[in-house]
Amino acid sequence: MRVRTKAGVWFLYALVLFVFVYPLWTLVATVFSRRQARLGELMTVPHGLTGGNVSAAWHLGVARGLLNSLIVVAVGLTLQLTVSSLAAYALARKRFTGANLVMLAILATMMMPEEVIAIPLFQVLGKIHQPFTGGTLVNSYGGLILPLVGWALPVYVLTGFMKRVPLELEEAARIDGAGDLRIFWRIVLPVCRPALGTCAVFGFLMIWDQYLLPLLVSQTPRMDTLTVVVTSLQAAQEQGEGVRLAAVLILAVPGVLVYLALQKLFERGLLSGSLKG
Amino acid sequence: MTAGTRTPAAADADVTVRRRGAPRARPRLRRLGPWLYLAPLLVFIGVFKVWPLIWGVYLSFFHVRPYLGDEYVGTDNYSKLFSDPDLRSAVVHTLLDALIAVSGSIFVGFWLAVLLQGPARHVRILRTAVFLPTVIAMVAAAELWTTLLYPSRYGAVNSLLGHAGLGPEPFFSSPHSSLASVIAMQIWKHAPYDMVIFVAGLASVDREMYEACQIDGASWWQRLRYVTLPSLRPITTIVLVLGVIRGLRVFTDIWVATNGGPAGSSESVVTYLYRQFSQDNDTGYASAIGTSLLAVTVVLTALMLMWRRRGET
Repeated sequence: MRVRTKAGVWFLYALVLFVFVYPLWTLVATVFSRRQARLGELMTVPHGLTGGNVSAAWHLGVARGLLNSLIVVAVGLTLQLTVSSLAAYALARKRFTGANLVMLAILATMMMPEEVIAIPLFQVLGKIHQPFTGGTLVNSYGGLILPLVGWALPVYVLTGFMKRVPLELEEAARIDGAGDLRIFWRIVLPVCRPALGTCAVFGFLMIWDQYLLPLLVSQTPRMDTLTVVVTSLQAAQEQGEGVRLAAVLILAVPGVLVYLALQKLFERGLLSGSLKG
Repeated sequence: MTAGTRTPAAADADVTVRRRGAPRARPRLRRLGPWLYLAPLLVFIGVFKVWPLIWGVYLSFFHVRPYLGDEYVGTDNYSKLFSDPDLRSAVVHTLLDALIAVSGSIFVGFWLAVLLQGPARHVRILRTAVFLPTVIAMVAAAELWTTLLYPSRYGAVNSLLGHAGLGPEPFFSSPHSSLASVIAMQIWKHAPYDMVIFVAGLASVDREMYEACQIDGASWWQRLRYVTLPSLRPITTIVLVLGVIRGLRVFTDIWVATNGGPAGSSESVVTYLYRQFSQDNDTGYASAIGTSLLAVTVVLTALMLMWRRRGET
């Protein structure tokens, strides 16, 4: 749409960048500034360069939190994609009574607010015992990861995608005598790579964003994920603003990197259902 | 829900296959086939979604006492819902927050889309940059905003206001502005998301309509008002309704930015629920709040689905 002058448009561009991007830049500048920021201060340019804030935050629990978050994302995402693609294969390729009901039930859980069931979920985790350690799922990686595996969005996206993939390839393989599972693994999954990528981006952001679940499940600093570490640093303000902001920056960066690397996949997924979540 | 539908559906499947005679080599395995693929997902949903759901409903009828055993209290927890003034104000905050933040995001997202639509390279780069607030974790955004809106003259926004001879404003730290500040933060985080949806929506508006506008000599504003907006209406409604339903469960944004305060001025239903559990140790009451919120969500979602289905036919 045409606004009166070119200068006006560029002014609006600048305004938009100032509001949405400049705060993120000041976060970077303040974290790497040698002069410590006052409470609430964010800098346009760093006053001298230092990595001191980052290394201080690193030793105040951020390293452990980052490790935990990476473990949760890696395992959680792998399980989520495996379970979802298996289910999607059945929903897209097998004709069976009840398929529509299952799809409806899965979509219903998509709208189910996880925050609302968080407390009973926490108690359920306390009832489930782990096979080897004998402890419950509370304060364990299992408790942080397993509740995130069953998620409707990837099931929905993958089912839609598999329905559009032509059947010929699979039929050819079946004539050659390949079994169901082999066809799924060797033919269907490779074809679905773009859709899997989309689901991976959304799954990553969803798991990385988790806050209430680790807040409940983690009982010791050793099990805190990065989101919990960041909010507990808020209390330790004697460390200085730079240290707290360094932790915030480390929490923010992975989402940005994943988005920039896989932007195409992300936007496709966003539009395929226009579903927030 | 899933566990409930599973058994009868499986029974249906048996009947159908048997009626058709099941002539293939391994009929039983073939019949079970789809359910084998679905089983892992259904187990995860069953254990970590459905079981907690049922357990939450169960707990809401009890006074939960660690070590002493739970005491059945009937519907006491539910009658407390209606006489609890703190919960009432949390409900009001949640509704205000959901409605204003979601419609505000749509408004800002729409104008961002109008400004940044199209395939040109520089606009694409700008869109990518503007989208960044959406992909950073909510906790990081909320922590950044507590710094941006720090209530002294050194706070980033307040120092800007200072140059204009205004402020310093208290933002998150005053009961009068805490909820509004939370809403501003949420619009900042969600508007770019809506922008991407609207950019796609704008690209799908019928080009012939625009050409007709040009021939008729319609102004930029008239074209926007009578062609663009009506064709975006369906997608806008969906984004609005889904957003509001999702907004009812707001927790992280508020818990990190204001902790529901000051003086409960930004308490939402879920932060209040969590406080009942973590600080007041009233798990039964927390479960009653959760179950009620869930019921409201289910009803609203069902209404939306029905209304959408009617719209399609």
